[in-house]
Amino acid sequence: MAETYKIVIGLEVHVQLLTKTKLFCGCRNKFGLPPNSATCPVCLGLPGSLPVMNREAFRLALKAALALNCRIASHPGHPPGFTKWDRKNYYYPDLPKNYQISQYDLPFSHDGWLEINVARDPKKEFTPKRIGIIRAHLEEDAGKNTHDESGRGGDTRVDLNRTGTPLLEIVSHPDLNTPEEAITYLEEVRLMLRELGVSDCEMQEGSLRCDANVNIHVPQPDGTHHETPLVEIKNLNSFRAVGRAIKYEAERQYEEFRKDTRGEYRFGKWLKETRGWDDTRGQTEGQRHKEEAADYRYFPDPDLVPVVVSQEQIAAVKAEMGELPQQQRSRLVGQYGLTAYDAGVLTAKGRRTVAYFEAVAAAVGDGKTAANRMSDLIFPALSDRREEIDAFPVPPAGFADFLKKTGPLSKQDRVHLLGHMLDHGADVDRAMEATGIKPQTFDEGTLRAKVAEAVAANPKAVADFKKGKDAAKMSIVGAVMKANRGVPNDVVRRLVDEELAKA
Amino acid sequence: MSLTLDQVRKVAQLARLELAEDDLARMQHQLSAILDYVAQLQQLDTEGVEPLAHPLPVQNVFRDDELAPSLPVDEALKNAPARSGDYFAVPAVFDTTGE
Ligand SMILES: [Zn+2]
Repeated sequence: MAETYKIVIGLEVHVQLLTKTKLFCGCRNKFGLPPNSATCPVCLGLPGSLPVMNREAFRLALKAALALNCRIASHPGHPPGFTKWDRKNYYYPDLPKNYQISQYDLPFSHDGWLEINVARDPKKEFTPKRIGIIRAHLEEDAGKNTHDESGRGGDTRVDLNRTGTPLLEIVSHPDLNTPEEAITYLEEVRLMLRELGVSDCEMQEGSLRCDANVNIHVPQPDGTHHETPLVEIKNLNSFRAVGRAIKYEAERQYEEFRKDTRGEYRFGKWLKETRGWDDTRGQTEGQRHKEEAADYRYFPDPDLVPVVVSQEQIAAVKAEMGELPQQQRSRLVGQYGLTAYDAGVLTAKGRRTVAYFEAVAAAVGDGKTAANRMSDLIFPALSDRREEIDAFPVPPAGFADFLKKTGPLSKQDRVHLLGHMLDHGADVDRAMEATGIKPQTFDEGTLRAKVAEAVAANPKAVADFKKGKDAAKMSIVGAVMKANRGVPNDVVRRLVDEELAKA
Repeated sequence: MSLTLDQVRKVAQLARLELAEDDLARMQHQLSAILDYVAQLQQLDTEGVEPLAHPLPVQNVFRDDELAPSLPVDEALKNAPARSGDYFAVPAVFDTTGE
């Protein structure tokens, strides 16, 4: 069945870079400082002050751009690697110079892509899709206005600590087609930039901000499609809000399209509209129309000199970049036989978790078991203990030892043992000693008798199993494991199979 | 080269300048004169001259990512038209022109 319409989404993401100081001056670049305590003549825009570019900010921006597969300043008519900064002129109280130093026609990076997983069920499969990156450029941030919310028209209060902090703007092609794809793209950008140490990407603190450009394509009987006017959605405060706002906006545009009998509601006939997302009311709202399109009168900033990026510089940044999330997932799948989903879970938890996993996998010689046991045991323990993997008291070698010695135990027993190790700082041997939970030496004949007993005692489960309910088998396995602590799970399963076949 | 009054109005609006009608006419005259002066450059023959993206022949000037002292808050707010606690205070603004 043909879809009613196709959603077309492009995202504009701003991330703050993790430098010590601002982009053009030595003031501290940090969230949450007392108001106006990190300013100087440069970032206050006082006459006679001059900006000088922060080397580290440029290096971090370059790292992000290369990770996004961008070309570095490849502009016809200019030397390779040539980039410059321009003044974007507008008046607003959070912008003391009355212009923002940004990049206009020669951004330092452009024409990249990022691969995301767009499978219908990302837990089960991996369907790659490349999202094009139009450009990524380096600019300075503005300050922060706090408006009087009382409605009495009180003064707006301005804090200029954020003014002049380094910002990377990443503009995607309109290649995203569902709210889920948009969120997946944002998650991938965030994971990558965090792993690279480029930005901490905290939406709450504004170190990652996102605007969404959305319209819809409605298929027409003649095989063409009708495109609705473009809307830019602002004020998106969480990834969830991004998804909800896109969904709402697509429906709203479809309604507008259906109500429009004169064919006026059409891309190209309307100016791009800006709408704000109201998270409480769950809707986008029109912002006051500007009389005309913004006129920023860009021109090259005469206070800053151009930068020419060399091939050596690019090679050096690439060399220190390490493995990117997408490369890592493929490698984990190829090298350890993990499912795409398990590889994705490990990668999403960051490089240090992956390093822990790899050490455990090497020690036990089985990546799948290592990944499963980490999911069963370590991740829940970490979230209970509100702990990062670095602080986890059981090192990879200790966990591998634990896995080797607890192989035959049930999951419950393993959880119990690990809990004891964590509470008492014990290794697996001492924990077994103290709790009495340990693999039992057993005689298969005796165990088979116990299994036969359990089968005889559960006629209902046996009947269910015969009707095709596999879960019924597990209830018998569970009963045997419970009554005979420490017996090997795999042997019990085999014996239950055999006894059920006889029953 | 002469600017129209509407063009002057627009430039004034972009610069957040409120100009009386007399001022508009005067600015029209003065701005046009400046443009005429700069327009003399148009007489140069630039055939075969590569366009320049930046006037300075210097490139790659960076500073290290090292802290320098910031101004004390009172010093930073000294030129503020009005102050509210440790903030600059400005008349209420609603139009979000910026980013
Ligand atoms: Zn400063």
